[in-house]
Amino acid sequence: MPDQKFSYLLRLADNATVLSQRLSEWCGKGPALEEDMALSNVALDLLGQARFWYSYAGEIEGAGRDEDAMAFLRDAHDFRNLLLVEQPNGTYADTLARQFYFDVWHFLLLQKLTASTDPRIAAVAEKSLKEVSYHARRSGDLVVRLGDGSEQSHAMMQAALDELWMYTGEMFQPDATDEAMAAQGIAPDLASLRAPWLKHVGEVFSEATLVLPPENAWMQKGGKQGVHTEHLGYLLAEMQFLQRAYPGATW
Amino acid sequence: MVSAVLATTDEVWTWLAEVADPEIPVISVVDLGIVRDVIWSDGQECVVTVTPTYSGCPATQVISDSISDALASRGITQHRIEIQLSPAWTTDWLSESGRQKLKAYGIAPPSHQRVGQQVIDISRLSRKADDALQVPCPNCGSVHTRMTSQFGSTPCKALYRCDDCLEPFDYFKSH
Repeated sequence: MPDQKFSYLLRLADNATVLSQRLSEWCGKGPALEEDMALSNVALDLLGQARFWYSYAGEIEGAGRDEDAMAFLRDAHDFRNLLLVEQPNGTYADTLARQFYFDVWHFLLLQKLTASTDPRIAAVAEKSLKEVSYHARRSGDLVVRLGDGSEQSHAMMQAALDELWMYTGEMFQPDATDEAMAAQGIAPDLASLRAPWLKHVGEVFSEATLVLPPENAWMQKGGKQGVHTEHLGYLLAEMQFLQRAYPGATW
Repeated sequence: MVSAVLATTDEVWTWLAEVADPEIPVISVVDLGIVRDVIWSDGQECVVTVTPTYSGCPATQVISDSISDALASRGITQHRIEIQLSPAWTTDWLSESGRQKLKAYGIAPPSHQRVGQQVIDISRLSRKADDALQVPCPNCGSVHTRMTSQFGSTPCKALYRCDDCLEPFDYFKSH
């Protein structure tokens, strides 16, 4: 089912692209020089990964779209990223909460994807996993540092994690595309990532003196099907401006 | 088919050993371990297989171009760079001379102290793992060093500082 694989690859690529774009918004504004550089580096890693996924998706589609066409010439409703990654940067605690939730999931997913029956997906996952393990360690580290920090940093971290919690459900809820991929051994059963994700997130919360939001809380969904929050349109408007205004422009 | 091998693969390797990494010019792409293979396809086209260090490394394109230039300048007009992702690049592929050159340049080479932990288990919280990593200062050799930031000026480096000579320095991350 090439269509399903195409859709699945777009999800991987769009997650990386959208989060990379969000992190790039911090460039030059990070709360400390080291944080500025760290976020830019994470953004770069994600952008590189997105290129690999988009290229493969474009080849499968066979319509002559390259990675740039995929990233810059699709509209919000064509994007298949999780709602979590398109959420605004907010305060640094909001950015970190978003990153931490995603990094841990991303790590677990890529770990499984290294065993994909599709050798190209396995190769990109193997490459990306090394980078994402750094991302996950760093964001987990900072959640502990801020959670177990001052009264104010603790309160801000807890509020940010609570606020974004409802966007985490989508990561573990398979739809027809996810199920088709799992059936062919191309991707793991998404629901199987939930227990290890909760375990790690819970351990970090506990070291950070933070409270884990209720597991059975109501969850948002729709990103993977192209139904997005209002934030994605603004993000794409900025990201795609140049290609839209000056089609075919190159450096 | 005209079999016109213009150079032996050994010669090509020698040329590539002179192609500098654009971000750390003291080491070559061969020192870096990213050149995986050189072959002559049909005896006509020189194919160089390269494995990128980091997915988003901005130097990857420059490196491909530099390799192309190096071949073209030796009269190898028919050549191609192939990207190979698996097995993923690891700092274990840095040559010994590359490590020495990094150190002389003021960048601490990847530490062997944590070789057994190449696969990072996120169920162990990171700060403990980082504390266990010993990175000798490239300036004074002291091991009283600590990490300032997990990310440095490029994706492959972390920022450290030495508590003895008080100099900040880059550490080429073990990866």
